[in-house]
Amino acid sequence: MKKLLAILLVLCMVIPAAALGEEVVKIGVYEPATGDSGAGGKQEMLGMQYANELFPTVKMGDTEYKVELVYADNGSSSDKAPSAAQKLVSENVSVVLGSYGSSVSNAGKPYFGEAGIPAIGVTCTNPSVTAGNTHYFRICFLDPFQGTVLANYATEKLGATIAYCLGELGNDYDTGLIYNFKQAFEKNGGMVVDEYFQTGNTDFTSYLTNASMYGAQVIFAPCSLAYAALICSAAGAQGVTTPILGSDTWDSNVVVDAAAGQNITIYVSTFYQEGGSPEFDAGFKAWINSDSVHLANNNGNDMISAVSAMGYDAYMVALEALKAAGSKDPKAVNAALWDVKYDGVTGAIAFDETGDAIRDVAFIKHLDTANSAWELAAVQGKD
Amino acid sequence: MKTVLPYLLSGISVGGQYALIAIGYTMVYGILRLINFAHGDVFMVSGILMVYLTATGLPLYVVIPIVLLATVFIGFAIERIAYKPLRTAPRMSIMISAIGVSYFLQNLVLYITGGLSKVYPAIPFISQSVTLTLFGVTLPTTKVATLITPPLTILLVIGLVLLINHTKIGMAMRAVSKDFETSQLMGIKINRVISATFVIGSFLAAIGSMLYFTNYPSVVATSGSMPGLKAFVAAVFGGIGSIPGAVIGAFIIGICENIIKGLDLILFKAGITHKMLGLTTFSDAFTFVLLIVILIIKPTGLFGEKTTDKV
Amino acid sequence: MQSIATRKKPSRAHILTAVIIAAVYALVFAAEQLLPASSMLFIVLKKGATYALVAVSMNLLNGFTGIFSLGQAGFMLLGAYTFAIFTIPEESREIVYQYYNGGLIRFALPVIPALVLSGLVAALFAFLVGLPVLKLKSDYLAIATLGFAEIIRAIFQWDKLGAITNGSNMLHQFPSFSSFNIRNAQGEVVVYLSTLVPFVIAGVCIALIVLLINSTYGRALKAIRDDETAAEAMGVNLFHHKQLAFCISSFFAGIGGAMLAMYACTVQAKSFTSAMTYEILLIVVLGGVGSITGSCLSAFLFVACSEWWLRFLDNTYTIGSFQVPLLRNGFRLVVFSVIIMVVVLFFRKGIMGERELLDLLRGRKGKEAAK
Repeated sequence: MKKLLAILLVLCMVIPAAALGEEVVKIGVYEPATGDSGAGGKQEMLGMQYANELFPTVKMGDTEYKVELVYADNGSSSDKAPSAAQKLVSENVSVVLGSYGSSVSNAGKPYFGEAGIPAIGVTCTNPSVTAGNTHYFRICFLDPFQGTVLANYATEKLGATIAYCLGELGNDYDTGLIYNFKQAFEKNGGMVVDEYFQTGNTDFTSYLTNASMYGAQVIFAPCSLAYAALICSAAGAQGVTTPILGSDTWDSNVVVDAAAGQNITIYVSTFYQEGGSPEFDAGFKAWINSDSVHLANNNGNDMISAVSAMGYDAYMVALEALKAAGSKDPKAVNAALWDVKYDGVTGAIAFDETGDAIRDVAFIKHLDTANSAWELAAVQGKD
Repeated sequence: MKTVLPYLLSGISVGGQYALIAIGYTMVYGILRLINFAHGDVFMVSGILMVYLTATGLPLYVVIPIVLLATVFIGFAIERIAYKPLRTAPRMSIMISAIGVSYFLQNLVLYITGGLSKVYPAIPFISQSVTLTLFGVTLPTTKVATLITPPLTILLVIGLVLLINHTKIGMAMRAVSKDFETSQLMGIKINRVISATFVIGSFLAAIGSMLYFTNYPSVVATSGSMPGLKAFVAAVFGGIGSIPGAVIGAFIIGICENIIKGLDLILFKAGITHKMLGLTTFSDAFTFVLLIVILIIKPTGLFGEKTTDKV
Repeated sequence: MQSIATRKKPSRAHILTAVIIAAVYALVFAAEQLLPASSMLFIVLKKGATYALVAVSMNLLNGFTGIFSLGQAGFMLLGAYTFAIFTIPEESREIVYQYYNGGLIRFALPVIPALVLSGLVAALFAFLVGLPVLKLKSDYLAIATLGFAEIIRAIFQWDKLGAITNGSNMLHQFPSFSSFNIRNAQGEVVVYLSTLVPFVIAGVCIALIVLLINSTYGRALKAIRDDETAAEAMGVNLFHHKQLAFCISSFFAGIGGAMLAMYACTVQAKSFTSAMTYEILLIVVLGGVGSITGSCLSAFLFVACSEWWLRFLDNTYTIGSFQVPLLRNGFRLVVFSVIIMVVVLFFRKGIMGERELLDLLRGRKGKEAAK
């Protein structure tokens, strides 16, 4: 018995040691796992984990490196972000992926910059993230683009002239989108009323009352998932029939669940529509269903959120950069990133001179609340 | 009037929910002179219990009593574990203990839920939407929970006042809150009275949580802090220690909060302003403006008793 | 530190205290040059120094004057915003104030004047807030100051002041602690000062507070804490002294807020919630109400525990196929709050009680002599 135990113990110690024997390159995952954006952050991470499982190694020069994902939870809030970012820095990661949400990306930015580590923003759309620095990149479109697309959709397709915008105070993502939506919508001859709620607000009844009293023909609410779900359920309870426009955060099964069976109209703009890459869809769904933890992180079912596809692409871009750099030195990766081109699940990705992805297409989806499914409403360019 | 009506309605509803929490604060303060910072979190934990118990598949008529009992037990246990050992300690320590419990409950829930907001289960009937017409005025469409909150709150408060005025334990509570030491000398079992206070407070918080989360169906670890803080302010506003005061304070605060959310619109419609002022930013802060104003005018709150300083 | 205050011939304990403090600073400096800059140690030291200053400033009110104030987060917010607003370099203002055309203020102050200014702004607000609030008694005062902090937070988020405060949006791109590092022409760091600087700022401020506490003013404040009525009878002007303590405490809380801004590199009103005040109150109580050394020590312990030492509890471990139970994201904070509860329940006086470093060094003999 004792011998058996001893052998077991030795085995336990040897297996991790063997794993350590390989050459490892670390990729930092700087995403919210808790807080208002936690649900979205988890779905984004799922994409990265899936990619990591498909492509667990990367060949840099002549050596095959094992890719290790290092996680740091930024808690969806800018005051928890510094220590999360520093954790990744102290783990000597070569490149950082993330985050979901622009405020936390901005909060982590100086820490990565100080350490010379490049970061690839996945779905942080505020222009300020990449502006004025050379180490933050992003693979998603920007607020000016998304805001304009949605404003044009509201005017042209929904025929709206009065819009009510609702965002969270102090969230760069919400503010940025509303600002750009407002500019474009007003340019189209419409009128915009914008209001902001306090962080942690749960009672949206009065805001929806405001919207209907202003005579709004469309409600634009680009906010975190937690609030999106509350807005859906409040709108359902109040019988709000005005179309609600959501941004890319809304493209999640959390919203689908909250709106299920309610008589409300929801449109969202997003990066990816299920069916865009059948191979990815099938593989990802099978992978989600294979593990109860994955399923729970994807909010209990296998519907694909665009952010998961984006997470997948972000990981692949990071691998391309590592290959091109041929070294795990963050500075080399940073230099290599500028020229990375990758044909991803969500479209072709290449970076412009500020480090932003060159993207000119957004998908607009409509939520079929009776059948709990997204249907493609339009594919919109800027004009 | 027609413009203000929907805000009044949601204000009264949320005010009723604050009132149910505020009673717990005011009773505990009346007896222990303790700001029970953990009370808002008991309210939140009650919501989380409901989420997890419903997920087990038990029917609601089993789940609801369990949630009520469990919340009461949590309130009782917190008092026994975290406050009772500190009864002779300085007041600062016991308050810190309350903050510690609040911190613990929040972190525990954060851990269990994985930091995500949980969808509160729909309770049949009170989750439904209705459009009611009262005395010829059509009320805006809302959930039944919104409409039953005010009458239910008032019923519960009447029951509580009867209990305090006409039962033995109620008399003991009044005695203890008047003079802690003397009532102890007179043979009142102080620990029983204190436990009873926590039990009542937690019970009302549990009912409040059912109404509140049915209206706003998402529970996160921090869900209890703002309602808790506002309920406490309501208690101070009404004069801490006074139950009717807490209830009236809670209604005032609930109504003001919702009016502020719509104030831009109301002023605009009334032709007073022509631009949006962004006043909704102050929907939470205005609660505190009210509080400070009342404290300056009447330092012990609306219905507070005047205390005299002893040397 | 106390050796400066007492004009007697410095005793052995005084010299030892000075030596220990000097050694701490030397160690910090050495560690920064030798260890890799990416270590979590430095983040803990920077945040710890910041929290130490804020905790000491709160202790000045709660521990030494007996005013139970919960407005700390509000005054830190004032300090942080003042610092950020006045130090963002001109060329970055277009990016930061992207919705307000670059904002109203078009110049940038150097760091030290901006620090002092942030303290002064906080103190000015404290003066105004104090006029009505300080007349209230104990818990009412606590809840009123808490309310003021919330009101200040809302005002700073108000869209209409956006040209100055950037509305509710984040302020960034202002100098942080790492801008104190001395770099050569290639931009490589030659001498690391980013951790030493917060230590120096906090140290100077805390030394000033110690001087105040040991002055006649300090004795008057303690008299108020021990018995207001008696103090008044002895000729201490209650309101005047409370107001003074409130302003001074807020002054240093403002500087602490500015340091927090430099630590985090970003400022946003929504992070200065009442939860932050509770955290600082916990630090004060865990360290020992009325002990400056205690506040400093517990600030570092608190930050190290919550940010660093317990972080391993958040990771899942698998040994072979066996997964260690309970360990996953969030467990760190559960353990941390249990530790806090244990300390609160079983070590009621905190780490230091009312003693200071000096008292410890004096030992029993010295203490008797001091009596």
